Amino acid sequence: MLADKDRIFTNLYGFQPWNLKAAQARGDWDKTKDLMKRGQDAIIEEVKASGLRGRGGAGFPTGLKWSFMPKEPREDRPSFLVINADESEPGSCKDREIIRHDPHKLIEGALIAGYAMRARAAYIYIRGEFIREAETLFAAVQEAYDAGLLGKNAAESGYDFDVFVHRGAGAYICGEETAMIESLEGKKGQPRLKPPFPAGAGLYGCPTTVNNVESIAVVPTILRRGAAWFASFGRENNKGTKLFQISGHVERPCVVEEEMGISFRELIEKHCGGIRGGWDNLLAVIPGGSSVPLVPAAEIMDAPMDFDGLKALGSGLGTAAAIVMDKSTDVVQAISRISYFYKHESCGQCTPCREGTGWMWRVMERLRTGDATIDEIDTLFDVTKQVEGHTICALGDAAAWPIQGLIRHFRPELERRIRENGGMMEAAE
Amino acid sequence: MADAPNIPDEAEVRARWGAFAWTPENAEQAKVVIARYPAGRQRSAVMPLLDLAQRQVGAETNTQGWLPIPVIEYVAAQLDMPYIRAYEVATFYTMYNLAPVGRYHVQVCGTTPCMLRGSDDVMAACKNRGMVKGKTTPDGLFTLTEVECMGNCTNAPMVQINDDNYEDLDYDSMTRILDDLAAGNQPKTGTQNPKRHTSDPEGGPTTLTEMVSANHDYRKEW
Repeated sequence: MLADKDRIFTNLYGFQPWNLKAAQARGDWDKTKDLMKRGQDAIIEEVKASGLRGRGGAGFPTGLKWSFMPKEPREDRPSFLVINADESEPGSCKDREIIRHDPHKLIEGALIAGYAMRARAAYIYIRGEFIREAETLFAAVQEAYDAGLLGKNAAESGYDFDVFVHRGAGAYICGEETAMIESLEGKKGQPRLKPPFPAGAGLYGCPTTVNNVESIAVVPTILRRGAAWFASFGRENNKGTKLFQISGHVERPCVVEEEMGISFRELIEKHCGGIRGGWDNLLAVIPGGSSVPLVPAAEIMDAPMDFDGLKALGSGLGTAAAIVMDKSTDVVQAISRISYFYKHESCGQCTPCREGTGWMWRVMERLRTGDATIDEIDTLFDVTKQVEGHTICALGDAAAWPIQGLIRHFRPELERRIRENGGMMEAAE
Repeated sequence: MADAPNIPDEAEVRARWGAFAWTPENAEQAKVVIARYPAGRQRSAVMPLLDLAQRQVGAETNTQGWLPIPVIEYVAAQLDMPYIRAYEVATFYTMYNLAPVGRYHVQVCGTTPCMLRGSDDVMAACKNRGMVKGKTTPDGLFTLTEVECMGNCTNAPMVQINDDNYEDLDYDSMTRILDDLAAGNQPKTGTQNPKRHTSDPEGGPTTLTEMVSANHDYRKEW
């Protein structure tokens, strides 16, 4: 088990105050100027060497992403850092804990990351429903300004840097990076076609990098303790520590920071008091937030919780939000509810997603009650394949994958419901 | 309120809200908000200003507020943007109410992680108080909405009422919270499980136990 001294988010549960004074006593904002003095390229190299991969779901190497930003921004085209705090993926609730209990890790990270990528300012886009969390974040940013840690000559580094907080207003799609940029510009959050990528033309047409809250908040600690320290955790290509969020049918759901690659069994036994009703009662797990396919009990039990380990099971780490389902679960209803979520959250821009998410949900609802025919399962699978990969952003994929996972692993259950409802006859006709 | 809101008659709305203007405090706040964005990019402030306007409408009507058309026009004019662009924003994001809501906007999360932990019971507690999804109770006290994932999944099931979250709910605790609000009392916010602090496991944390009683500095052990 990860030792407490190697945990980055020491005030994760908010037993202690979030304010600047308390954060400084825990080690935040300690000689930030010296970290920055190492130089912009050295910081990027250190983050690359640490093996940090983006914590928002896609797992793109963070240091590499920063290196795409222009080395000498033009005066009329400043660079921006946008921090994605639009945490809305069902199952995910880690950024909220960082923001309300350890906001100064995020703000210090914003300064260092913004400096490294030569950005003029950072916008932290926090989801609208995080109302109290946003109040804390606004107050923490103000504290940092008042202490000279942001603004002109931020933290006495000689670098001018601003951090602004922007509240969303209830739209899952704004977690997609180009939709977030549109929303920041005061428009509907509808994703843009790529290319151009944000590093070329992002916010206000200027070079922009969008990073997840956790990716930014771990940076100061990585620099303080060194890339080798961070890379000493986890397996090759899956380095570091990670905030795991375990919800659903475990004895004690929680958020906890652990080593990447910890086995699912160890994670649940150590921190969650086991599966409700014991391991024999485990049905399936959605290991990375609602967008990834579910994994049946037998396959997940001893799987390593990291990017490659879960990819090998046909699923993904996503945001490391494990939704656990025991055998009392109506698994078709559970996935159907996720289909409803994507129907509700489709931005309406691309036809396959706008029409497909509603169609898929309606068929899922009929499969839930067995009011369908056997061949409709194949039709549904086929339609998910028509939606997947045919939309501007990944929401179409995210709506398709949970259904594909259900059909792949629970087809006998779907057929049983249809048979019991008398649908077999209809199919035979 | 995203699904087909019952938008009030425009003539009546214009009569009531046609003269909408910021209160002096909100006029100051609007300036602060606009200053967060680069010069010439004031349109970026449309989301925070619509939120501010909705809150002012709420304060004037002793409800959670909504966005009458003249109010959206007022915000659009201040930001020098076409009304339709502001209206698009107001209709796209679910937190803008296009029709009046009650004193308390009860938003029950029904997405899978909450569903697995019993959001149906939370919804039942609301319905047993006479609340109907998408409607306001006749006394104007409660508006019930089922919302999508609110990001409190390890403390499921949960509800957001006005600006506060209530977590780790069941039928009884939800009933108690609604009773308290109806009686004019402020219930305890956050987790309703006495054995939890926030998102820590029930019964006390399995990690970082020194932090419970003191602001421990782990750097000494690095």
